[in-house]
Amino acid sequence: MKTPIQFRLNGEEVATFVEGGANLLDTLRESVGDLSVKGGCWQGTCGTCTVLIDGVPRLSCVTLAETCAGHSVETVAGLRRGADLHPLQSAFMERFAAQCGYCTPGMLMAAKALLDKNPNPTRENVVDAICGNICRCTGYEPIINAVLDAARSDSRRRA
Amino acid sequence: MTINVKTFPRLADAASALSQERGARFLAGGTLVMRAVNEADPSIETIVRSTDPSFVNISVSSGRVELGAGVTMAAILAERELSFLHPVARAVGGPAVREAATVGGNLFAPSPYGDFAAALLALDATVMLAGGVGQRELPLDEFLSRRDRGAVLVSSVAFKRPASDAFRFVKVTRVHPKGISVLSISAQLPTASGRVSGARIAYGAMGPAPVRAKAAERALEGRTLDSAGVAPALAVAHDGTAPHDDAIASAWWRREILPIHLRRLLLGEHPPRHS
Amino acid sequence: MLEFRKDIFADERDDNLKEVGQPTQRQDMLGHVTGTSPYYDDHRFANLLHLKILRSPHAHARIRSIDDAAAARAPGVKRIIRAADVPVNLNTLLSLIQFGKDDEPSLATDVVRYKGEPILGIVATSERAALEAMALVRVSYDQLPAVFDVEEAMKPGAPSVNAAYPKITFEYYNKYDHQKLRYGDADAAFAQADIVLDERYQMSPIEHAPTETNGSIAVPDTNGRFIVYTSTQALFFSLDTSAKINAMPSNQLHFIGGTVGGGFGGKVDTLTEPLAILAARLTGSPVRYRLSRHEEMQFGSPRGGERIFIKDGIMRDGRIVARTVRAYFDSGAYTRLSSYAVVKCAAHIPGPYTIPNVSADVFCVFTNRTPATAMRGFGVTALDFALECQMDKGATAVGMDPLEFRMLNAYRDGDMKAHRREAKNCALIECAQVAAEKANWALRDEFRRMSSRQGGGAARAGAAADRSRAPAPAAPSHAPASTPQRVSYERPTPAAAPPRPAPPAPPPRSAMPPPAASPAGSTHGAPRFSSVFGTRRR
Repeated sequence: MKTPIQFRLNGEEVATFVEGGANLLDTLRESVGDLSVKGGCWQGTCGTCTVLIDGVPRLSCVTLAETCAGHSVETVAGLRRGADLHPLQSAFMERFAAQCGYCTPGMLMAAKALLDKNPNPTRENVVDAICGNICRCTGYEPIINAVLDAARSDSRRRA
Repeated sequence: MTINVKTFPRLADAASALSQERGARFLAGGTLVMRAVNEADPSIETIVRSTDPSFVNISVSSGRVELGAGVTMAAILAERELSFLHPVARAVGGPAVREAATVGGNLFAPSPYGDFAAALLALDATVMLAGGVGQRELPLDEFLSRRDRGAVLVSSVAFKRPASDAFRFVKVTRVHPKGISVLSISAQLPTASGRVSGARIAYGAMGPAPVRAKAAERALEGRTLDSAGVAPALAVAHDGTAPHDDAIASAWWRREILPIHLRRLLLGEHPPRHS
Repeated sequence: MLEFRKDIFADERDDNLKEVGQPTQRQDMLGHVTGTSPYYDDHRFANLLHLKILRSPHAHARIRSIDDAAAARAPGVKRIIRAADVPVNLNTLLSLIQFGKDDEPSLATDVVRYKGEPILGIVATSERAALEAMALVRVSYDQLPAVFDVEEAMKPGAPSVNAAYPKITFEYYNKYDHQKLRYGDADAAFAQADIVLDERYQMSPIEHAPTETNGSIAVPDTNGRFIVYTSTQALFFSLDTSAKINAMPSNQLHFIGGTVGGGFGGKVDTLTEPLAILAARLTGSPVRYRLSRHEEMQFGSPRGGERIFIKDGIMRDGRIVARTVRAYFDSGAYTRLSSYAVVKCAAHIPGPYTIPNVSADVFCVFTNRTPATAMRGFGVTALDFALECQMDKGATAVGMDPLEFRMLNAYRDGDMKAHRREAKNCALIECAQVAAEKANWALRDEFRRMSSRQGGGAARAGAAADRSRAPAPAAPSHAPASTPQRVSYERPTPAAAPPRPAPPAPPPRSAMPPPAASPAGSTHGAPRFSSVFGTRRR
């Protein structure tokens, strides 16, 4: 017996049916078709699957999909506005903050959660914001620098 | 096998379902239960949830704090009145985990998890159980000794506010800023005329469940928090502990470093950046 | 940011570089930041089936019986895959270049040799259904004694691990049980050395732990072919391995790799493709075989642990006159690529240093651990760790600055290496000089003036008799301008005997024994020897 759920994904209403116990990660990828979310562990330990639910970072692999009904979910597929990249995306490119790219969607969402709440983070704030996201390639420094760059460029744009 | 998900607006009904349904497990934040579901844990057939507002309620009065079992670490971090608990809540996973991890979930988290439960133990917390004949209240250490038996649903925890600056916490991890505990120490160190009166010390990851360091507490009674004063407590720091080997640390290592970190905590030495 | 020291070796280089020295954006960076880089799993199929593998819980056991009847009937199960279903159920990865014996089954038959070894496949409509069916399988085992230590494994009476290699180690050209290097006479040189440093080093197995686990999806195509989306780092290698195991012509397989979510060497073993393809063939449906995080840690191959013994004979003036290396690679239960790692290791000994007497014995040993594989310079990186720790200890033993100690012993152009190749285009000295400059690490004048292009070749061969070439070391506690980090080790007691005469020049090098391999491959061109192929004509 599947349960119908409807929620906002990157600003658009989507609806699907989920099995009992289905997690949000598999629902997004396999039912809804948003392949921009990646899965690394299905244990809630690596942070790769990080999405935003109502603006706060959540691990989609250990989130019961049906709890999202009526809520707002954001994934990396919704970051850019048409042809324009989000400042975080541009900053990651400039700073070579990705190599294999697999942790990148989760990192971007964790960073977005930070900047949406705190547009002027310290380095320590950034480290805390991504401390739940494992990267096996970059050594994290390029990512931290990219997030700080994005914050600075964003504030310059708004000034 | 399909899993059934049942959501109850009233906590008492959730508690009933938990004891009546076959293979029922209560879902709060999901960090433990959803992982088990993903791994096709055969013991989970029904997921029980509740949307009862009391479950996520934080109530802070002059003397007493009551936290609904569904209160998340993030919610605690957002509550200024609970600033003494912020070091503990901040140490439970990264930001995404904190948005999901709950007070109640931490009570059931197996070692080496459960640092928040250890902090509650040092705060002399009591646990309110839902279902059955109304609510039952029991001391946390009694609850921890029987948490694996039977289906219980915790509705809230309560404790007396500690004196300001009397509560201390350290979590020792290999990865910074967040990581699974090698061990954690929570301590309530009230003083009267500069001497310890009624200390409470609890350890995380030093046994199958959070454990009180009662011998160390007794050894601190009436003493000053300086090198000479804490020495007797350090000598019995290990009493009551039964650490085990796991992927994070060996039992030997945990035993070796426990008195070092206890000493630093009791002396109020700035916890080192890298423990 | 990036600094080019074009002044160094300027006369040897044609410096009209266009790309080198300029930052270049990765071609997949835009895909990464938009979540559109295509990993193997970024495809959806309406009737996708899921392959899960039942694995050995024991490090070493005989399989007495497997009862999968209940699992075959379980809801959602489409097919059970047994060892007998695998067309070619014995392989070794490097059989593709005729190196080594087929020793590893895709699904275990009578014996399991490491914890996590695959035994049975279950193909079902969901991962959950497959896992629930797996819980219904009954396997009975007779546990066997297991061995986890390379030296224990080589002792007489140790459990035999790999049936294809009853003598415990990999066999090169069906004759040699290890890789061997001999140059000069190390034993004689030790007797003449002022200091002998004999140390043991140990590396643990290291798991790559990529954020994306190993996996593949095999999809039946319209004309008897299969499209395989895979996480592999080695597309054609995996294709050919899958073709062999499935007894299919390789042109029936269309492999699509793309973006690897972290490889580091851990996605070259073709762990999932062969059985995913077999499952697709047997069911007619697309099948995904994806490792869980737990499987990635337990079953995913690590870089093998290594135990390395290094013995150096060092003169008081800092010259290393003899080096012996004995190394054991823990290949785990099967060969995979460890045979090749050992060749690389032997080729790297004694490190980038001119040492007139070198002896090395490197073994590829089988134990009941997860089979090891490539990882970031496997065969060399662990050895370098050991060699460089040894260099630091040697420097301390003679009371010399560790950087100067290395520069003194470094290859120079024209030196003869232990592998009987002339050293060319050496640059360790220059790299050390620039590093010292950047780190404010004081070097003595003679060392700041050293050059890779001076002092090599004949000058060094006779250096044994000419101690004045090497500058006398300063007093053991010489204080440089800055305070560099010091490595502190226990110093071995210096030889009590009075200063000895200089050691004799290395004896004439004996001709290298011809390898016993038969030529393989092409039949024209001059004969060439390669450690992997043996003697062959190219």
